[in-house]
Amino acid sequence: MSTQASARVAGIYEHPVREAPDTSTPQLHADVAAGALRDAGLTFDDVDGYVTAESPGVLSLADYLGLEGLSYVDSTDIGGASYVAHVGHAAAAIAAGRCDVVLITHAGRPRSIDYDPGHPRRNHPADAPEAGFEDPYGLSFVGLYALAARRHMHEYGTTSEQLAEIRVAASQHAQHNEHAMFQDPVTVADVVDSPLVSDPLHLLDCCVVSDGGGAIVVASSDVASDLSRPCPAVLGSGDAIKHHGGGALDLTDTGAVESGPKAFDDAGVTTDDIDYASIYDSFTITVLEAIEDLGFCEKGEGGEFVEGGTLQAPDGDLPFNTDGGGLCSNHPGNRGGVTKVIEAVRQLRGEANAEVQVPDCEIALAHGTGNSIGTRTGAATLILGADR
Amino acid sequence: MTGERPVPVPPTNPETEPFWDATADGRLLLRSCADCKRVYHYPRRQCPECASTNTDWTEASGRGTVYSYTVTRRASEEYADATPYVLAYVELKEGPRMLTNIVDCDIERVEVDSRVEVVFDDTGSGRALPRFTLRVGD
Repeated sequence: MSTQASARVAGIYEHPVREAPDTSTPQLHADVAAGALRDAGLTFDDVDGYVTAESPGVLSLADYLGLEGLSYVDSTDIGGASYVAHVGHAAAAIAAGRCDVVLITHAGRPRSIDYDPGHPRRNHPADAPEAGFEDPYGLSFVGLYALAARRHMHEYGTTSEQLAEIRVAASQHAQHNEHAMFQDPVTVADVVDSPLVSDPLHLLDCCVVSDGGGAIVVASSDVASDLSRPCPAVLGSGDAIKHHGGGALDLTDTGAVESGPKAFDDAGVTTDDIDYASIYDSFTITVLEAIEDLGFCEKGEGGEFVEGGTLQAPDGDLPFNTDGGGLCSNHPGNRGGVTKVIEAVRQLRGEANAEVQVPDCEIALAHGTGNSIGTRTGAATLILGADR
Repeated sequence: MTGERPVPVPPTNPETEPFWDATADGRLLLRSCADCKRVYHYPRRQCPECASTNTDWTEASGRGTVYSYTVTRRASEEYADATPYVLAYVELKEGPRMLTNIVDCDIERVEVDSRVEVVFDDTGSGRALPRFTLRVGD
């Protein structure tokens, strides 16, 4: 069933905080919930659907926020892609008549709880079937993405300089975002000269670690029609999980191979129609593989594709992550999906920072990549259309 | 690895214990599906390819090539003092790609497609962690 235009994004809010030592995680959820509802012109009483992915959980947070009369709840967790997926799920629930106003919240405080920046061992729950075959080897998130980057370089000749172009574009955008953690533009040389964290990925190939959060309100078109804010339509969505396959894992592609076509088919558009793309950027390689897998270029040609300012707004062929993305601005709670949706909505409303606003932005894509492309990964692609 | 390399005790369950028991004898086991002939890793009763439970253990040659690798230069917990060390996927001769470390060699010599063979690091708990080292000769 197509979700086309029966649901709209009515409200968005990104917490401006990047370090919140004196705030609880539920407080951040409450802040972003209130912010997104205020943005929409709605109240907590209007909410009949609630979605959040991770700890402390949807039950606990529905209680904390005082949400009553919920007829739709979802706690789908596919890593950082979750909050992109949630918008599609909410739209489907609205299309099915389950609810009218779905509140989606995300928050977390890895920076304040002394998360080792990007380099933790990955600890599975003890009953995870893969735990014994992965955890003893000193895995880290950056290490697993580095394995993908190395294999991509081996098969396709992709270079560190090409990966660096992705960080350069993000940094060009971040200089216009007063809330971005890193606002100084960087060069390709800055990236490849930054310390290697896990070969071939350098420090500047990695996203920030930030506290914060974001929220999204998805409403039925009926509800949205009474609101005064522009409400971009949910045109299409698709989810996927790509996994280890019993040892058959190909490190050079991602779940976007499946989630992308689903979303494009659902929306009835092609890559040529996309005016702006939010693409999950936990690491530069995450962006490169997703660009290929979504079909913006052929497999293996991502390195060439990102050269020459392709990703830089407003004039590049594929302006991306105009808020500075996870690489420069914000990766709240180590899960960046929510900010991908939020910046896409800003673009479609014409409310991105002026220097990076894409002119006449009609159709935007938001893509999430969750957990690790080095083992098992979630993917979610969302296509939104301007409210004109 | 530079310092003493960590040998964490792997979590096990009833489904995976035979794999770990075999490591004490220096044997690397894989699972093989009698129906679709797929050989797979990590071990589990149900074939990830065809969902058959007509599967059994099979002993691997312990040889393979590096499918991908990374030199980890920053790490935490017990690996914090073991940097730089090599995390890798080894493609076993039998087919499956398994996560592991490349050890007991000059890490600058590790490349994609390097030939490797298994070594077993005693965890001190009666079982051993399969890792790989660069193979010389045939």
